[in-house]
Amino acid sequence: MRLISLVPTGTKIDFLRFRKMAAVFSLFLCVASAGMFAAKGLNFGIDFRGGILIEVRTEGPANMAQLRQSLGGLGLGEVQLQEFGQPSDVLIRIERQEGGEKAQLVAVEKAKKALGNQVDYRRTEFVGPKVGGELIEAGVTAVLLALAAMLVYIWFRFEWQFGVGAVVALLHDVLLTIGIFALLGLEFNLSTVAAILTIAGYSINDTVVVYDRVRENLRKFKQMPLPDLLNLSINATLSRTLLTSVTTLLALSALYLFGGEVLRGFSFAMIWGVLVGTYSSIFIAVPLLVYMNLRRTGLIVGDTDGDDAAEAGKSAN
Amino acid sequence: MVYFAKWKIILVAIVCLFGIASAFPNFLSEEDAAGLPGFLPSQQINLGLDLQGGSHLLLEVDVASVLSQRREGTVDSIRDGLRRGSPRIGYRRLGVRGECVGFDLLREADLDRARRIVRDLETNSFDPTLDIDVDGLSITVCATQTGQREILTSAVQQSIEIVRRRIDELGTREPTIQRQGSDRILVQVPGLDDPERLKALIGTTAKMTFHLVDQSNSAAASCGSGRRRPPGTVCLPSVEDRDANNNPLMYLVKRRVMVDGENLVDAQATFQDGQAVVSFRFDSVGARRFGDVTRQNVGQPFAIVLDKKVISAPVIREAILGGNGIISGNFTINTAQDLALLLRAGALPAPLTVLEERTVGAELGADSIAAGEFASVLAVILVIVFMAAAYGMFGLMADVALVLNIVLIAAVLSMLQATLTLPGIAGIVLTIGMAVDANVLIFERIREEARNGRTPISAVDSGYSRALTTIIDANITTLIAAVLLFQFGSGPIKGFAVTLAIGLLTSMFTAIMVTRMMVVTWLHRRRPKKLPL
Repeated sequence: MRLISLVPTGTKIDFLRFRKMAAVFSLFLCVASAGMFAAKGLNFGIDFRGGILIEVRTEGPANMAQLRQSLGGLGLGEVQLQEFGQPSDVLIRIERQEGGEKAQLVAVEKAKKALGNQVDYRRTEFVGPKVGGELIEAGVTAVLLALAAMLVYIWFRFEWQFGVGAVVALLHDVLLTIGIFALLGLEFNLSTVAAILTIAGYSINDTVVVYDRVRENLRKFKQMPLPDLLNLSINATLSRTLLTSVTTLLALSALYLFGGEVLRGFSFAMIWGVLVGTYSSIFIAVPLLVYMNLRRTGLIVGDTDGDDAAEAGKSAN
Repeated sequence: MVYFAKWKIILVAIVCLFGIASAFPNFLSEEDAAGLPGFLPSQQINLGLDLQGGSHLLLEVDVASVLSQRREGTVDSIRDGLRRGSPRIGYRRLGVRGECVGFDLLREADLDRARRIVRDLETNSFDPTLDIDVDGLSITVCATQTGQREILTSAVQQSIEIVRRRIDELGTREPTIQRQGSDRILVQVPGLDDPERLKALIGTTAKMTFHLVDQSNSAAASCGSGRRRPPGTVCLPSVEDRDANNNPLMYLVKRRVMVDGENLVDAQATFQDGQAVVSFRFDSVGARRFGDVTRQNVGQPFAIVLDKKVISAPVIREAILGGNGIISGNFTINTAQDLALLLRAGALPAPLTVLEERTVGAELGADSIAAGEFASVLAVILVIVFMAAAYGMFGLMADVALVLNIVLIAAVLSMLQATLTLPGIAGIVLTIGMAVDANVLIFERIREEARNGRTPISAVDSGYSRALTTIIDANITTLIAAVLLFQFGSGPIKGFAVTLAIGLLTSMFTAIMVTRMMVVTWLHRRRPKKLPL
């Protein structure tokens, strides 16, 4: 049987040659993302902004105009209606009400009274102002702590230069994810934060695999110029990088297409993150090492745990 | 030489068998799972509210109200104590002063006695709950930090108890009611069809009291801004009745509580003359007081007050001595039933505010499960086919490991009784894609080693050992993300973190142990000259 292979064996692509181009390209994307975020902002879901979300199913295709009319006259402020997955499903978003938690509760009751018993309530969520603020705080804390923890881990396992490179790539991925959410106006909610953290994990994972090879090659080829050595490392791991991306993307596509409406935003973020993460570990994380004055001798003397583990593995067999 | 120790093989086999046995009940119906023989695990995965349908409510106890009630209570206790003193202790200006309670003594000689009376209110002798400050003849009593904390804790615990009783009355199965933080209560009720009723039941304090109505002054003359109320009275609005301007009708009632709802032992919704009413029964203390009050006030209206609103104020026609009574108002059968339920369960010590609600209908939950299942199965098939196409026989071995991995995730979730949420399913699907990563790393490495001229056995050997550090490094970073998500995420997101973390650990096990065992066994049997990679 002939096996399919995504990458021909023994590629010698000069990735480092594109490093300036990639840097400019990424910088542009990052600036564009930041600009998008500043100009358009994120379409925060009720998790963060507070407010009310009601998902209803009507008999037959929903009469949006009628629903809009019956909800519009309630004086609840901005009410958004959106078809959700199929014509009979409608997602109703009501902005956070002035006043405290009680006001939100009253608004839910009002809306439900106006909709009556004609519709089937599939989901009702409301987040008061207090909890919304706390959720933002917890989300930001989690992301920052995750970045810091990963930086520390990489620093501990490799050299600080690797840590910086990995975290730059990571920030790049997170920023671009936020950018695309701002650009497309996709709802940014708690599960998006979860997706971003997972993207961070995936991106680091990808980067670590290449870095591991760089470290190994630094020991093996002491005389090789750094750019060549980095190229060699990327090429050696290229097949794995792409294969894992493909299997992950296959699984995520299944989730995106068939996992239901609720998970769509989440799986979209993940798919985007895998694409960006794969790109950044090859074109950002590794080329960055060129500029960071790696102490090659220090690596050989001071960092032998990789070899130790390999030896340990051998003797255990 | 590639060699796999016997004990390792046995260990892997035990883990796999145990995993399959633990995951198995999830493929059965609930009844069948319960009917499994005792030596087999029968626990099924807990489904989150977003999958089985139900309501998640985050409630907050009104701390300010708890503390202010406690201050009022302290005022009453001090007054009682001072009056009971013999000879009587003269005082003036007893009342709430900001966050504290204060009063002025008339004679300095009473200072010690007064201090002792206040000291007796102390509930905890090790860590003072009251801070008593004497300035001349003026005494100020404040709750200490400890005191406030104790007051709050007991209010929250009492609220939890009352909420539990109320929800139990609804007859739902397995509600979760727990304290969160210092002043919050998390309520999770699976499979509920009317979340609005649940919220209404929880949102009602249900403090019922009986008061006499002040007959000598009219409510119209005494209530409203700028009008003077006679001392010892209070204006309360009617629940239902409106005046000509559609404002709630006001009642001028005596402040003194004649009988308290605390003394109720039972309440039921019934009919009287075709009208829904609530009948109630007092305990012996309540019955005696109720009897006394009604005997002494025949012909007077008697206000039934619920949460500072007057339900009705019927005229007492005769003394009610048996301790049974009836509350009539403009009830429907539903509102009568809910009021009876609230009275049976008891009053909350303080109002509860709903901070957050997430309710999912059972239908949407079922749809989510179906969609999640389909996406997972499809993901598995896609990855299996792809791996087989990319690595041939080795790919098939990785596929076996992948399936086993999913079984193990289900097993661990069942054993830990962790909750599977919709994002949790997403975590499993993501793991399906990423679980093969370890194998991909290993296979690529073996391929490379073989290309460098190693024999198959030596290539496999060094492929595994060299890939191991990379696998561990790479997985730990994702684990860090999962742990932080678990720490900071709420509800469903926690579910995602759990499946992601479990999936990572099981995938490391299956990649490092299971496929390796298969590869090594195969190498020993066949002793191939060339690896089919």
